[in-house]
Amino acid sequence: MNDKKILLSYGDGGQKTTDLINNLFLKHLKNDILLKLEDSAVVNCPSNKIAFTTDSFVVNPLFFPGGDIGKLSICGTINDLVTSGCQPVALSLALIIEEGFKYKDLEKIIVSIKNTLQLTSCKIGIVTGDTKVVEKGNADGLFINTSGIGYIINDLNISPFNIKEGDDIIINGTIAEHGIAILSTRKEFNFKTNIISDCAPLDKLVFDMLSVSKNIHALKDATRGGLARVLIELSAASNLEFEIFEEDIPIQREVKGICQFLGLDPLYVANEGKIVAFVSQQESQKVLEVMRKNELGKNAKIIGKVRNCKDTPKNAPKNTPKVYVITKLGTKRILNLHYSEQLPRIC
Amino acid sequence: MTNITNIINNKMLDNIITQINKLSKKLFDKKEQYNFTNSKNITNIKNITKDKAIQNNNFSFNIMEVCGTHTMAIAKYGISQLLPKNINLISGPGCPVCVTSINDIDKIIEITNKYNVTIFTFGDMMKVPGSNSSFSQQKSIGKKIIICYSPLDAFEYAKNNPRENVIFIAIGFETTAPLTAVLLNKIYNENIKNLFIYSTHKIIPPALEALLNDENINIKAFLLPGHVSAIIGLNPYKFIAKKYNIPAVISGFEPESILKSILMILKSYVNNNPDILIEYNSIVKIEGNPTAQQKINQVFEITDSDWRGIGKIPKSGLDLKKEFSNFDAKVIFKIDPIISKEPPGCECGNILKGIKSPLNCKYFGKLCNPSNPIGPCMVSSEGACAAYFKYLT
Amino acid sequence: MCLAIPAKVLSIKDDSADVESFGVIKTVNVSLVPDVKIGNYVIVHAGFAIQIIDENEAEITQGYWKQYFNEND
Repeated sequence: MNDKKILLSYGDGGQKTTDLINNLFLKHLKNDILLKLEDSAVVNCPSNKIAFTTDSFVVNPLFFPGGDIGKLSICGTINDLVTSGCQPVALSLALIIEEGFKYKDLEKIIVSIKNTLQLTSCKIGIVTGDTKVVEKGNADGLFINTSGIGYIINDLNISPFNIKEGDDIIINGTIAEHGIAILSTRKEFNFKTNIISDCAPLDKLVFDMLSVSKNIHALKDATRGGLARVLIELSAASNLEFEIFEEDIPIQREVKGICQFLGLDPLYVANEGKIVAFVSQQESQKVLEVMRKNELGKNAKIIGKVRNCKDTPKNAPKNTPKVYVITKLGTKRILNLHYSEQLPRIC
Repeated sequence: MTNITNIINNKMLDNIITQINKLSKKLFDKKEQYNFTNSKNITNIKNITKDKAIQNNNFSFNIMEVCGTHTMAIAKYGISQLLPKNINLISGPGCPVCVTSINDIDKIIEITNKYNVTIFTFGDMMKVPGSNSSFSQQKSIGKKIIICYSPLDAFEYAKNNPRENVIFIAIGFETTAPLTAVLLNKIYNENIKNLFIYSTHKIIPPALEALLNDENINIKAFLLPGHVSAIIGLNPYKFIAKKYNIPAVISGFEPESILKSILMILKSYVNNNPDILIEYNSIVKIEGNPTAQQKINQVFEITDSDWRGIGKIPKSGLDLKKEFSNFDAKVIFKIDPIISKEPPGCECGNILKGIKSPLNCKYFGKLCNPSNPIGPCMVSSEGACAAYFKYLT
Repeated sequence: MCLAIPAKVLSIKDDSADVESFGVIKTVNVSLVPDVKIGNYVIVHAGFAIQIIDENEAEITQGYWKQYFNEND
């Protein structure tokens, strides 16, 4: 029974598929809507302004320190919904499984999905799904796609266009852990470390933040491309300058060391449980306090400020990113998007 | 230099030194928590550089650094922002990937085309453009090219895959050459028949002399590489002071070390006592690392070498000695001679010699960027153009 | 190619040693530093220790290097 493998027949819509749905998916993920097993799931949504997001997950390896592809697929989609100020309502789950994939590994991943869902505010969970099995060699184990819907709470309008001069820039905790956790599993980087992925659903943390302040102007979760990518994208979108204090960016000593060892800039290394918030100066302390009460925000810190364009040349095209990092010496450098980390398949 | 010019220069330098002294004192004073994010301190640093005596445009002091890691540290920490405008930090040929000759790259690519081999190389080499292709492009057409962090990765692989012919591409200066020597010893001692070495190692001191002899370059001092010097020690640099009357300091890599080294250089110049000094004395001993030197001498012989962008520098390269021909990929994997062609308009040569800054290259940031590099300086993690692109544009 | 990093030697076996830097443990080759002892600090480049760090000098001139290690300040 331990050696049971997923075969092509599990994906062909016949008896094996039905068995798989009942014994695995429904067993762990069941809810009233999923149980109906209709072609389309019909969901009640309190608003007709619906947020909709989708993500595919091809992480390699499937199981990594701090998580697995299942956990990642839920966190990724929940976090995407929540950064628009949305209450997640329901998710879909589509699997592409490689023939010969171990049944017990698939079960581990489904259980992980269930456990992760229980940490979120999404009460319903997975309402619809799909399973395909492809020939050996065509899927590298398992690929997952999750899509999610939600509704915007209380007419919130959270967007990079709302970022204002004087806003404080807050991050909920230490950076670069997901990327380093993944790297530590790759044979070519042979080092031992205790670093685990920071993969986590951020919805409850964000709702705590939104409950104390109506002046959270923008939110973005930092994933591939790291903190740098979030800052660069939002600076470009808002057409404002950001000033970041390098020494204030929370980072674990061990992560800093590994990045130096490998010649990586931690600002560009992937995260899966980090959110960057742009909060009006008057309310940032309040927001910080409530974040620090949450496990996922206990190391929250103000890392920089938004200001109008001082250092950027006047003839620079509108919407060029303008993120300046102040080093420990008080000197300045600019964050640039072209720099790539060459780390494939990290999410 | 006339006497009057000497007096003017020395007085200005005295001023500069006093100011930098004040700054360094604070940096090295353990008791004072120098909080650089405090805006008052930032203003203080900026005020130092406003001194009128320092602003005189007639005087310029060019310090060349010849280590890719220094290039990166100087760019990352914006060291130039802290210095008076007429102290210029110029980047030299301290990036081994950048100075590997295009002909060697073409030859290695040709080897992968002609023979069934597995190449092990440091990651930086992957995107360096050859005349027609790159390692990265070769990999995309199915050639077996593996990125490694250490020469020992190639060793483990070759041991575990005895049916594959594995070639380790040995690039680097004197910091890395002893590692290749140890690798060769292991191959020899453990009788590994399927691992070969393609050496493109180069040594630094002859390149420094070539730069000092170049009329187009005006170098007043060198910032010397920390880890190369950990291996070779002080003596190979003595000619810089003795023959050319130029001071040089072997510097560590933290920004505080670099600033201190600049201070030491200026003091040495003002005292009219050009000398070779060690700032990085926790790692660099006067005699260097004799074990590492002995291993280099055992395995390599010094040959003339082609430095990309600079040209041939006599006695500046390391090739495997004849007695190790059986392990020499250049000997075993013979190919027809190749004529290599640099991309037209590429300014890497002038950038490596410190004659031009990356910002003066017409391709910089436009046609040439890290995703689409035209020359090696943009590709390497230690290249001047890569540093400028990442931190200074 | 990577910067050389300071690391503390935890154990030595033949020409290999386990070293620690920033809480990360790595195995490196110590052929180039035959006099190395457990407890020494070494500088590591591409999987090899290339020199033993002189702690007195490091303390006097570069006090900040201790940030690399898990020592309590």
